[in-house]
Amino acid sequence: MRDYIIRRLLLMIPTLFFVTVMVFLLVRLVPGDVIEIMVMQQASSQVGQESELDVDAVRHMLGLDVPIHTQYGRWIWGIVTRGDLGESLWTGRSVTEEILHRLPITFELGFLAFVLAQLIALPVGIYSAIRQDTIGDYAGRSFAILSLATPAFWLGTMIMVFPSIWWGWAPAVEYIPFLDDPLGNLQQFIIPAILMGTAMSGGTMRIVRTMMLEVLRQDYIRTAWAKGLRERTVVTRHAVKNALIPVVTVISGQIPVMTGGAVIMEQIFCLPGMGRLGLNAVLNRDLFIISGLNLVFAIFGLLTILAVDLSYAYLDPRVRYR
Amino acid sequence: MSDTTDRLPEAEAEPKRHSWLADLVIRLVKEKPLGAFGGLIVLLLLFTGIFADFHYLTWVGVPDEWADTHGLAPYGYNEFNMADKLAAPSAKYWLGADNLGRDLLSRIIHGARISMYVGLGATAISVLVATIIGSISGYLGGKFDIIAQRFVDAWLCFPGLIFLLAIMALVGPGLVQVIIVLGVSSGIGSSRLVRSAVIAIKENVYVQAAKAIGASTGRIVFRHLLPNIMALVIVMFTLGMAGMILTEASLSFLGLGIPPPVPSWGGMLSQAGRTYMYEAPWLAIWPGVALTLVVYGISMWGDAVRDILDPRLRGGVGRYGGVKVKAAKVRGEPGTTKA
Repeated sequence: MRDYIIRRLLLMIPTLFFVTVMVFLLVRLVPGDVIEIMVMQQASSQVGQESELDVDAVRHMLGLDVPIHTQYGRWIWGIVTRGDLGESLWTGRSVTEEILHRLPITFELGFLAFVLAQLIALPVGIYSAIRQDTIGDYAGRSFAILSLATPAFWLGTMIMVFPSIWWGWAPAVEYIPFLDDPLGNLQQFIIPAILMGTAMSGGTMRIVRTMMLEVLRQDYIRTAWAKGLRERTVVTRHAVKNALIPVVTVISGQIPVMTGGAVIMEQIFCLPGMGRLGLNAVLNRDLFIISGLNLVFAIFGLLTILAVDLSYAYLDPRVRYR
Repeated sequence: MSDTTDRLPEAEAEPKRHSWLADLVIRLVKEKPLGAFGGLIVLLLLFTGIFADFHYLTWVGVPDEWADTHGLAPYGYNEFNMADKLAAPSAKYWLGADNLGRDLLSRIIHGARISMYVGLGATAISVLVATIIGSISGYLGGKFDIIAQRFVDAWLCFPGLIFLLAIMALVGPGLVQVIIVLGVSSGIGSSRLVRSAVIAIKENVYVQAAKAIGASTGRIVFRHLLPNIMALVIVMFTLGMAGMILTEASLSFLGLGIPPPVPSWGGMLSQAGRTYMYEAPWLAIWPGVALTLVVYGISMWGDAVRDILDPRLRGGVGRYGGVKVKAAKVRGEPGTTKA
């Protein structure tokens, strides 16, 4: 197990390197005119005042006038030593602070959605498998595919529209912090979380069903039946435990889906989280927020994959000895 | 399946065989009725997309002054009529009109064309990129493979939509840009599928034999490896399309996909749909219905094609395509296709 962990960690180093290079280039490849636009906007907003900003000065201020490898080195150094992801081009606020400020909102949304997704996916997926080819199975599978096919942003929009037309009810558009009003906060988060959770549950449900079907055909399940065990025991003690191991991996694949869902849900339901920060940054070309967010999400993704692989190796010893 | 011509005629099991494509269609209809229904939706999408503005009346010789139509769509997708702004559904506008008095039905029909372009174009690019990276990385192996795979790992770490949004901000909005960005970015991710398939096939005796008699690398790749991953490639294509269409709609919904006045379903939802959703709810309903129907149809069809072509890929995870590879890899399975 130790060797496996060491090997996994070593393999992470080049991946991490590529991640940082890609984030770095993402910002540097931006056509130069963004900085010109910035200078022009600054100039026009400061009419009357003496404005000595020109393109070269801005480049110097942002450290873009030194060779590219020096820029990369400085950038990494800043992140490693000070956790410094740069400053917002427009507000001048620290990107690290902006992200930390919004992290809890996205985390809460993601966590609720994730829990809901598993609460839907596991029972339905298992039921679908143990009652294969019954009406219940068909209903569960159709629901899974529908949940994958229905765009979350459309459902979100529908939920904004119809309850308000029929019953005059509308979701809150102001963000309510959890500590101010826990119940109001949950009420606000629950609808986007349900939408995200259902969308996520489709994929898991299908893999749970497939894995269960595979396991249910194993010899030891027949043995369990032959021993005269109750169905409940066979399913929970023998089948589910073994079927769920691969499902762990699938869950890691939901992280990108989750962040994508967060962008859309935060936008529709006016939650000031990281996704919304990212969308606004992209629309305003706020380069350092874009790069900071992508880096944070990518490292988060990397760690999730690592955690999943390790838990997998822990659960299934065969993996370690490859 | 493309190697049948090399075999001697006696070797054929049945004297009269359908082409593999006809075979596929027959099995689809017989074994997977729901998949065939999905296939019908796909055909409907293609038909609508291709003939959205085909002037069929003029084409059959009806004089222009009588042929008061724009093809399948009753109006042009950007045909203003401010007097009918936000008109409710009626005989004139079947699904109503938007804030500029444009017929919603016509815009949805033209939107089918956009979805068709994105679905086919982006998936084709994706499959191409995946095949190139995956087969090179898998076949060459060694240092190149290790480095290329770390790059793919890094690429997969990025959060789907936020990363795509950032890239879209770099290249600017537009149909061609969306197609290329979606295609390349998903192609890099799914190159893993191709890679593991190529690695499994590479070990086969016939590849060793070809090498032993001195076949060039190019010949091995094109004659022995690629024909054997065709099933996988087709499955990647059918399963990828739905995700592409959905992602394009999400990007356009967030304002970084295809800019107006081009009628992308996602864009229609966010522009007119969300602004006027209380006065004119039909603007928010129909583009979403079209989108759901198409994505549902393509998914059902893709699933069925996968089950028929490549049973080992069963239990795929819909639009979270890449995950299954990982599961297979971690379980220590050699590959995803059998030669």
